[in-house]
Amino acid sequence: MNVLGLFVPGRSVLHRLPAGAKLLGLLALVTVLVALDDHRAGLIATPAAALACLCAYPATGLGLRRPLRLLLPLLPFLAVIALFQTLTGDPWAALRVCLLLVAAVLAAGLVTFTTRVSAMLDLFERLARPLAPAGVRPDRVALVLALTVRSVPMVAAAWQESRDACAARGLPAWPHLTVVPVIVGMIRTAEAMGEAMTARGVD
Amino acid sequence: MIELRDVSHAYGDRPVLRGISLDLAEHRIGIIGANGSGKSTLARTLNGLVVPDSGTVRVDGRDTRRDPRAARRRVGFVFSDASTQILMPTVAEDVALGLRRVGLTADETRSRVDAVLDRHGLLDHRDHPAHLLSGGQKQMLALASVLVTEPDVLVCDEPTTLLDMHNARVIERTLRALPQRLVLLTHQLDMLQGFDRVLVIDAGRVVFDGAPDAAIAHYTALMDARAPSTEPSGLREGPGERS
Ligand SMILES: Nc1ncnc2c1ncn2[C@@H]1O[C@H](COP(=O)(O)OP(=O)(O)O)[C@@H](O)[C@H]1O
Ligand SMILES: [Mg+2]
Repeated sequence: MNVLGLFVPGRSVLHRLPAGAKLLGLLALVTVLVALDDHRAGLIATPAAALACLCAYPATGLGLRRPLRLLLPLLPFLAVIALFQTLTGDPWAALRVCLLLVAAVLAAGLVTFTTRVSAMLDLFERLARPLAPAGVRPDRVALVLALTVRSVPMVAAAWQESRDACAARGLPAWPHLTVVPVIVGMIRTAEAMGEAMTARGVD
Repeated sequence: MIELRDVSHAYGDRPVLRGISLDLAEHRIGIIGANGSGKSTLARTLNGLVVPDSGTVRVDGRDTRRDPRAARRRVGFVFSDASTQILMPTVAEDVALGLRRVGLTADETRSRVDAVLDRHGLLDHRDHPAHLLSGGQKQMLALASVLVTEPDVLVCDEPTTLLDMHNARVIERTLRALPQRLVLLTHQLDMLQGFDRVLVIDAGRVVFDGAPDAAIAHYTALMDARAPSTEPSGLREGPGERS
């Protein structure tokens, strides 16, 4: 399980581009696609962008399975949006919104797969620096973000463990049975992590 | 050198350490004792994670009450559950974390991180998500992340308790080879072979202090005397113990 689709090592141009440039590019791409006023231009540019992003995956050594796995969970949402938009009368708008989402997810995936979390954190640290006079500590911001990223697989694991514990006793994993152990487990983990941070001098 | 003078500590109204005085200077020191006897609390006082209610702990002459950071720089700490000790998403980032406060350049950091990863057999995993490592590799990473800051003393609180025999051996061998001074808390008594000194803790007191064989004999006798030989309800009613 790779919850966040973390960094995949490589040597492509995208890998070597600084994190800031990639995020800026992502932002620019999505902004342009959303802002395109002319409907016909949008209907050409959006699928073109989506296709370009898709092709970038094998080109950067990421293969085709990663983008497909990114898109799979998106499908139900796309179906709902398409249905809704079509019912409200504009099938072309529906198509464009769906393509836009696909393009955005693929582009965002490209950035995450080719950027180290540490590079991303350094970027956030730099972005938070202007806030330092207001009492924000940029290194803290970066650390909190890192811990958040780190916690996702931990919560997932705690959840899975609690479900297994139910299953082992022949019980279905009802939320009221799993929520409390998960929360207790997370609090204990948080305590232990806090202590580890102190021990390692990052308090 | 770590000096403890009349150290006592309680959680709430529950005394856990009772008047412990020690000078810890030996190269290899073991600490053994039953669950809940106070080993972990004692270990935590050595780097200021726990500041005792009364008495003093000095690391190279500095009081952990006044300057806990100085103590932590000198005394590295490895916990039994490595997964809570790993704080960053990938292996290399976690090792680099401890170096942040040192103020190295990116290149220096990278070379020091890589050297430590290489020494501990983790270089091939440098960019892998840390949570996907095996249990043994996680403990090795926890160890590497502490060693990269080059502490003088390493305190390990049951570092092999959660590991299988193979991984426990690998960790043991690594610990043995360390140039640093080591304070090792363990239930795996064979790890204490060749140690300079072993302390037996019972109910918050040091009840034996000497050579490994004699310490193990003392500990074994203590536990034998306590174990109800026939009753099935032989688990110690030890209050909600924490490892
Ligand atoms: N943070 C804490 N809060 C309250 N009680 C604690 C805490 N840590 C340990 N204890 C209690 O202190 C006693 C000694 O614990 P500990 O030092 O972890 O012993 P050991 O490591 O020998 O098992 C145990 O009874 C334990 O329940
Ligand atoms: Mg313990």
